Amino acid sequence: MHSKTKIAEHLTCYHCGEDCVDDHIHIQEKNFCCEGCKMVYEIINQNGLCTYYDIEKNPGIAQKVKIREGKFAFLDDKAVEAKLVHFSDEKQKHVIFYLPQMHCSSCIWLLEHLNKLNAGIIKSQVNFLKKEVSIVYNTNTVSLRKVAELLTTIGYEPHISLHDISNKKIRKYDKKRIYKIGIAGFCFANIMMFSFPEYFGLNSLQEKGLREYFSYLNLFLALPVFFYCASDFFVSSWKSLQQKFLNIDVPIALAIAITFGRSIYEILSHTGAGYLDSMSGIVFFMLLGRFFQNRTYQTLSFDRDYTSYFPLGITTLNEDGTENQIPISNLKNGQRIKIHSGEIIPADAILFLGKANIDYSFVTGESIPIEKSIGEIIYAGGKQTAGAIELEVVKEVSQSYLTQLWDNDAFKENAEEKSVSFIHQVSRYFTYALFSVAVISAIYWQINNPAKTWNAVTSILIVACPCALLLSATFTYGYMLRMLQKFGFYAKNANVIERVASATTLVFDKTGTITQQKEADISYNGAVLLKEEEQLIRSLAAQSSHPLSKAIASYVPFSKVLSVKHYNEAKGLGSTGIINSLEVKLGSAQYITGKKNSSESDGSLVYVAINEDILGYFLIRNTYRIGLEKIIRQLQSKFKLALISGDNDAERQTLIKYFDNKTDLRFEQKPQDKLDYIKALQQKGEKVIMLGDGLNDAGALKQSDVGIVVTDDINNFSPASDAILDGKSFTKFSAILSYCKNQKIIIFGSFIISILYNFVGLFFAIQGNLQPVIAAILMPISSISIVLFTTGMSSLFARKLRS
Amino acid sequence: MSAIFILIAASLTIAIGFLIAFIWSVKDGQFEDDYTPSVRMLFDDEIIETTDAINPKQKK
Repeated sequence: MHSKTKIAEHLTCYHCGEDCVDDHIHIQEKNFCCEGCKMVYEIINQNGLCTYYDIEKNPGIAQKVKIREGKFAFLDDKAVEAKLVHFSDEKQKHVIFYLPQMHCSSCIWLLEHLNKLNAGIIKSQVNFLKKEVSIVYNTNTVSLRKVAELLTTIGYEPHISLHDISNKKIRKYDKKRIYKIGIAGFCFANIMMFSFPEYFGLNSLQEKGLREYFSYLNLFLALPVFFYCASDFFVSSWKSLQQKFLNIDVPIALAIAITFGRSIYEILSHTGAGYLDSMSGIVFFMLLGRFFQNRTYQTLSFDRDYTSYFPLGITTLNEDGTENQIPISNLKNGQRIKIHSGEIIPADAILFLGKANIDYSFVTGESIPIEKSIGEIIYAGGKQTAGAIELEVVKEVSQSYLTQLWDNDAFKENAEEKSVSFIHQVSRYFTYALFSVAVISAIYWQINNPAKTWNAVTSILIVACPCALLLSATFTYGYMLRMLQKFGFYAKNANVIERVASATTLVFDKTGTITQQKEADISYNGAVLLKEEEQLIRSLAAQSSHPLSKAIASYVPFSKVLSVKHYNEAKGLGSTGIINSLEVKLGSAQYITGKKNSSESDGSLVYVAINEDILGYFLIRNTYRIGLEKIIRQLQSKFKLALISGDNDAERQTLIKYFDNKTDLRFEQKPQDKLDYIKALQQKGEKVIMLGDGLNDAGALKQSDVGIVVTDDINNFSPASDAILDGKSFTKFSAILSYCKNQKIIIFGSFIISILYNFVGLFFAIQGNLQPVIAAILMPISSISIVLFTTGMSSLFARKLRS
Repeated sequence: MSAIFILIAASLTIAIGFLIAFIWSVKDGQFEDDYTPSVRMLFDDEIIETTDAINPKQKK
């Protein structure tokens, strides 16, 4: 029987751009996919803000999931408000909300015109890169809760986590560095300008007063450079000397001090013009290099812990059954809480009402939700996928099984102390060589021409500045960090590149790291399905929260979900329902036919039967990332590999095909097990890179030498790590590791160049013949040529990344 | 030639003025967000209604 199928028009929602099932939700000619989108449009339209839709097409965020009323009731709590608001007086309060849904210029426009929606909002300003909106509102007319609810009604629900009220504050963007660079640059340029007469032979002029005038001006300008801008170098070298260690700042601080000292002597005693231009130039270029290297990314955070994962508000139930909204930090043992669908359970609690189906994929790595029965304890961190449930708290938020992980020693260590950069070790040799040269020439001149000794020694220490060493390192790392960022690898700081270069073992997590969460690999085998049959299958599959059902529901073409009668689901086996008087069944071979499937398959088979008529089956495979096989082959030749997963070992056979028989594949590992595994490897002398993505990897990521988080959405929450790898760049991972290894070659090359310059300078200095003009020429030339060299080489090596 | 003493002092003073302006703007947070202003400047200004000014005259 052939039925004529009407070709449905492809309708998209005017607000969010998603597909509309039909055209029954509409205003005039504008269609909407759901009531939520329509409501947002009405709010925006009524307040004359339709420019929102003109700037970008379909700028809205889908409103299919309704936000619970009373969700922000915890913002009425004075203690919470005090922590979130960061400025307040009698009339105004100033708050910053994080809105991860911001994605286009329309969002910016709408969020900056909030005063049109509510007159109590005085001013709102968006910082798009950070996805934050800074709101100033009138305390008398509007409350913090109302502001949050207003944002929610237009589709931008603020994301407020426990982290926002914790006392740990992230160090802000370091302005002091900028001041120092500004002042150093200003003084360097002016000192050099005032030194021109000196270069071009003012000595011949009779105006002695002029010469002194310029010298004193230079001295005046050099004071802030020496005492303020160069202070970092002095402090750092003092600290390292206290620890009986020579880091790279020691010779630099020495060079600066000696240059300054000798220049003061020369100027005050009218014997010369000093070398203040070289000194301020050195300080300026090195500060610039350090700044270039350390510029952090505003949008990413490498230091999140569990407090950023948990939401702030929770519904508690009183004795008489009424509900309260409190911040989760106030939760006490014995309190009863209510968790709604999609919410995260914040503390270890016992279930006493409702159907609990908990998704722990982010926490333990298990991909299938676990059903819990009444009286069972549910651990914190899981997400409820079924309806609302009520629980009784047994452990406070900070005492739960999950948060105990953060008590581990691995989190107390400061990552900076993990390894000493090899630059410091090289600079030590440099310092020894320098001192030897100075001592030898001092002895030589003392014997031959004592008058020149002081001159020669100070000149040597001035010109042989290891600033070129530091410059080559900082500019190389700075450039590499930028290059890597372009290819989807965001490293926390330059030290990470070095540690990556020295790694010997790679450890992978499974769920979310080498598997992709979004698309499932589904194919259908069997009789061709009619449109009505597809609709029946979809309606049945939509009833269950099992990942296989969800995968089928999204695979089957979009259609309206019909109502299902007599729905019955056998956990892990299949589901049945009556739709339009037809019995529809989805399930494993045993569920549908009664017989177990004899042949092995590398995925799950879900058979579909309508009215006892088996139509065919869906083959659903755990999707591994594209190119995984190729990447593993490339990595196996250079590193030792291992896999530790919190999931069960159903995929072991498949994974053996990817990795090989000798690779260590461990399953059902708890977060603590993962940490211990890494520790054991390190004790054997291996340098470990851990790749993970969820909270269950947090301990392992911290313990390893380099912890890399693999994520498909860099704005999503990710645990603390040293680097973040975008899922799309996973295939380039081997090239990224090789690129990091190249940094040693580049730095070594630029060391050679700087040593050549030093030889030239030393040639003049040892003779006691170092004129300021020579020092002043050498220093910028060497700095610029080194910067060009490192940039060029880094760019050259990056060609492999591009391919 | 002696005029150069005053000239240099004057130019240095003005240059220091610019340095102070730079430090002030960094302190004020002007450079913290370097992306959003580029979007913000492309938004249109609001059209202010002027009919109220004209109407009273016409009503009479």
